[in-house]
Amino acid sequence: METTVILENFETAQQVVSTSGLSPFVIGLTVFVLAIFIGYYVVWKVTPALHSPLMSVTNAISSVIIVGAVLALGSAETAFGQALGFAAVLMAAINIFGGFAVSQRMLEMFNSKK
Amino acid sequence: MSENFSALLYLAASVCFILSLQGLSSAKTSTRGLYFGMVGMGIAIGTTLLSPEVTAFALTFVALIIGGTIGTVIARKIQMTALPQLVAAFHSLVGLAAVSVAAAALIEPHSFHIGQIGSIAVGSLIEMGLGVAIGAITFTGSVVAFAKLQGLVSGNPLIFKGQHLLNALLGIVLVVLIIMFSLSESHTLFWSLTIISFVLGVLLILPIGGADMPVVISMLNSYSGWAAAGIGFTLANNLLIVVGALVGASGAILSYIMCKGMNRSIFNIILGGFGGGSDAAAANGSGQQRPYKSGSAEDAAFIMKNAKSVIIVPGYGMAVAQAQHALREMSDILEQEGVEVRYAIHPVAGRMPGHMNVLLAEANVPYENVLELDDINRDFKTTDVAVVIGANDVTNPAAKTDPQSPIFGMPILDVEDAKTVLFIKRSMSPGYAGVDNDVFYNDNTMMLFGDAKKMCEEIIKAIEE
Repeated sequence: METTVILENFETAQQVVSTSGLSPFVIGLTVFVLAIFIGYYVVWKVTPALHSPLMSVTNAISSVIIVGAVLALGSAETAFGQALGFAAVLMAAINIFGGFAVSQRMLEMFNSKK
Repeated sequence: MSENFSALLYLAASVCFILSLQGLSSAKTSTRGLYFGMVGMGIAIGTTLLSPEVTAFALTFVALIIGGTIGTVIARKIQMTALPQLVAAFHSLVGLAAVSVAAAALIEPHSFHIGQIGSIAVGSLIEMGLGVAIGAITFTGSVVAFAKLQGLVSGNPLIFKGQHLLNALLGIVLVVLIIMFSLSESHTLFWSLTIISFVLGVLLILPIGGADMPVVISMLNSYSGWAAAGIGFTLANNLLIVVGALVGASGAILSYIMCKGMNRSIFNIILGGFGGGSDAAAANGSGQQRPYKSGSAEDAAFIMKNAKSVIIVPGYGMAVAQAQHALREMSDILEQEGVEVRYAIHPVAGRMPGHMNVLLAEANVPYENVLELDDINRDFKTTDVAVVIGANDVTNPAAKTDPQSPIFGMPILDVEDAKTVLFIKRSMSPGYAGVDNDVFYNDNTMMLFGDAKKMCEEIIKAIEE
C-alpha cells in the first residue's frame, strides 16, 4: 500500500519535473527577492537632489503594467474584458508618457547651467 | 514570436530599467538614465504587441495615442510647485490600471494562459487577490493624497473615534475575502474585496496630516510598485516582477529617508493625527509675547552686502510665495558683490523627496551651490549670515534640547550658529508642528516680516542702490 503511494507520488513528481520544472511562483519569487536587493543598493546611491526625478521615473516605469493591459485588450473576447483592457492601456500610457516627460523637464533644469 | 524570445527581450527591458535608476546617481548621468528607461519601456511594449495573442492592434494604438497625448500635455504644463499632486495623481492611475488588469485576468483568464473560467489555479487566484487589493488601496489612497495636496479637502488629519479599530477590522475582512476568493474563484467575492480595498485606501490616508505628505507620497510610490509586482506574479511575467520590486524598494527607501528627516516612525505616521493646525493655536495662546528684533529690507541688504558668506535655508513657504526666482536674483547680485552664497536643503523642505532641489533648479540656481543637511550643517559656525525663508521647524533647536517638543529628535539645520540670522516670514506664527522657535528671540536674529517674494525684491533694490 505505502509503496504504491510513494511510487505514485514519485511518478507525479517526475512528471512535474519533466514537463515544467519549477513552479512559476517559485521562479517569480526568486526573481522578486533578488530584484528587491538590486533596487535597494541602486536606490541608496541616487543623490538626494534627484529624489523627485527618481520618483517620477519609478512612477513611469511601474506602468510597465501596460504589458498586462495590452495582453488583456489585445486578446479580449468579451466587451467587458475589452473595456477593462482599453482603460488599463489608456491609464498606463498617461503615466508612462507623463512620467517620462516630467522627469525630462526636471533633469533639463538640473543640467541647463553647467 | 516564441515565448523564450519574448522572455529574453523582457530581460533586456529589465536591465534597461535597472540602468535607468542607476543613472540617477548623479546629475551628469541622469539624462542617460532617463533614456534607458524609455528604451526599456519601448522594448516592453513592442515585445508585448508582437505576442501571438494580441490581435486588437487598432484599439491598442488608439488607447496608447490618447493616453500618451494626455500624459505629455499634462507633464509639459504642470507647475513645479504642483509636482507632488501630479505624482500622486499618476500613482492613482497605476493602482487603477492594476485593478483593471487583475479584473481582466479573472474574466478572461485565457488571455494570460492561467486557465479557463472556473478552473484558474489557486496560486494565480491568491496573486490576483493580492494584486487587486494593493492596486485598489494605491488608487483611492493616492486620490485622497491628491485631493489634500491640491487643497480640495483640508490638509488637517481627519480623525474619528474607533478609526484604528475600523481599519483593523476591514484589514481582517480583506484577508478573509482574499482567502475565500482564492478557494472559490467567485466573481462576487472578487468585487467585494476590491470595494473593501477602495474603502481601506481612503481610510488609511485621511488621518494623515499635511506635514506628513512627503512620507505618504513615498509610501504610495512603494505601493504602486508592489501592485505591479503582484500583477507580475499573476501573469507569471518576470519583467513586471522585477520592475515592481525596484519601484517598491525605491518607494520604501524614500519613505524611510523622509521619516528620518522628521524623526518619526512609519507606524506613527500611518496611525496619523500629526501636522494639523489644532496644536498650533494652543501653543500660540499660552504665555506672553517675548521680545524680538525686526528689521527692514534695507537692514537686511546692508548686513548681507557686508558679509563674506551667506547660507540660504529655503522652506515650503518660499515655494508657496513663488519666491525662487527673486531669491536666485538676490543671490546673483550678492555674488557680484563678492559674497559666497550657498543653499542648505533639509530632507523634508518640500512636499515630496527632493522637491526643493527641483524648485531651485527651475530658478537656475547652480546645482553645486545646493547642499544637503549633512554636507553643510558644520559650515553655519563659520558663516556670516543665515537667511531662513519660508521655513521654521527645520531650524528649531528645540528638536535637540527639549524632549517634550513634538519635533524632538528631528535633524535640524543649525542656523543659530551663524553670526547673524535673518528670518523672512509672514508673521510670528509657528510652523506646521505648532512649536515656537527660540531662534526668533536670539540677539543675533532679525525678523523680516512680509511676503517672501516681495521681501527678496525689496532687498535686491536696496542692494543695488
